[in-house]
Amino acid sequence: MAQNLPTTRDEEWRYADIPALERLAPDLAQWTVVDVAAGETHSQCMIAGGNAPELHRIRITVGEGGRAELFAVIAGDDYTRVEVEVRLAQGAHFEFGGVTIGGGDATREFVTRLDHAEPDATSHQVVRAVHWDQSTGNFLGRIHVARDAQKTDAAQDFKALLLEKGATANARPELEIFADDVKCAHGAAIGQMDEAARFYMASRGIAPDVAKQLLIRAFIGDAFTALADGAEQERLQNAALESLEARA
Amino acid sequence: MLKIDNLTAEVGGKTILNGLSLSVNAGEIHAIMGPNGAGKSTLSYVLGGRPGYEVTGGSATLNGVDLLALDPHERAAAGLFLGFQYPVEIPGVSNVQFLREALNSQRKARGEAPLSGGEFLKLAKDKAGLLKLDMDMLKRPVNVGFSGGEKKRAEMVHMGILDPMFAVLDETDSGLDIDALKIVGAGINAIMRKPDKAVLLITHYQRLLDYVRPDFVHVLAGGRIVKTGGADLAHMLEREGYEAVA
Repeated sequence: MAQNLPTTRDEEWRYADIPALERLAPDLAQWTVVDVAAGETHSQCMIAGGNAPELHRIRITVGEGGRAELFAVIAGDDYTRVEVEVRLAQGAHFEFGGVTIGGGDATREFVTRLDHAEPDATSHQVVRAVHWDQSTGNFLGRIHVARDAQKTDAAQDFKALLLEKGATANARPELEIFADDVKCAHGAAIGQMDEAARFYMASRGIAPDVAKQLLIRAFIGDAFTALADGAEQERLQNAALESLEARA
Repeated sequence: MLKIDNLTAEVGGKTILNGLSLSVNAGEIHAIMGPNGAGKSTLSYVLGGRPGYEVTGGSATLNGVDLLALDPHERAAAGLFLGFQYPVEIPGVSNVQFLREALNSQRKARGEAPLSGGEFLKLAKDKAGLLKLDMDMLKRPVNVGFSGGEKKRAEMVHMGILDPMFAVLDETDSGLDIDALKIVGAGINAIMRKPDKAVLLITHYQRLLDYVRPDFVHVLAGGRIVKTGGADLAHMLEREGYEAVA
């Protein structure tokens, strides 16, 4: 199997942890397939990552006017990659919220490939990365807009918060647009904790560790604002913040 | 209550406070005025413990407690409140969550029981009413999308809720229209004009002092107090400018 594994020369695997992938020796042909029928809604929440490498590949097709939602947290201690391929039919919508969080030396990454195959489809992706130690968070997001897919509205937003020197974030937005009447927005920002906000909070009496937690909770919260189910939102938030508490 | 003695401080290797001494007693309101670059904001940040503002000499105590030995959040628990010239926006954290966390952190540090959600909301409603700030504003993220005037009124709501012993208000009057100035002035009087509290008002202009009458006015120039007088000193400065005294 190992000889079939990709290398970092493959654009889609450029920031991947190939040695970890070799340990996992995955069957790359294995995809979880989700079919969302016309007009239907599919919603999925996942918490990925553990003590061994993980690869999750999900292929979603959304029929006319349908809606697919995926919210995911990667918070394990080893290499974890969640890869999502989506095909959107006319008027369909894809909503994605992802958080990578953690320390150590692990790489955690989301790779999404969206095919706006037909007109009037919309997509909205928000990814937040919080890392420390020598860890890495990646988001590779490709949006393909087919020639006839007019009135496509696709948005992609990535922000990373690096808590320490040594942590890394990579963002690679990729837009392939063959239609001429479309809206595609993408943004990527990598930064550190907002010192002004931390001092402001301290000046009101909030201890530094609590302030940091509040700020990080707010930061990753962006990825789950589109998740209507409050209990699920809480579950994902907590899964992400647990690894922060385990830091120290 | 507040005693500053021969305080020197630098920012980025540049000396800004240059032997500043000041004493404020309980029940008093002092105003500090001064030209741009005199060190007014530096004084407030040094008292609050902002990183990057390095004390190189002298002392500052609040009711005998060495402020300079404490972390910023400990200074707040010791009774110090800092009103910011530019209040900071914190997206994703609501005012209610922020202030309840702040108040209960301070209470915990002082060995007091935390307020319940209900008790806190009642208190917040009361103080928001005092500053005529809509309670819905407090449910929104801290300062996000607030106008300049709303931010300053929100600062005073923070002060009302946290109920400090001593407040340093850095240009709380800047960015306020006449009506908001009246509201903020009345708020400062209602919250802080008490025998066991004191205030240091940092301002450029006389106009706030029409609503919050200071017991003393100091002129800060070149990193130290160069003149001290009563409320009439502010009027004199307004007429004649800082050059007459500095």
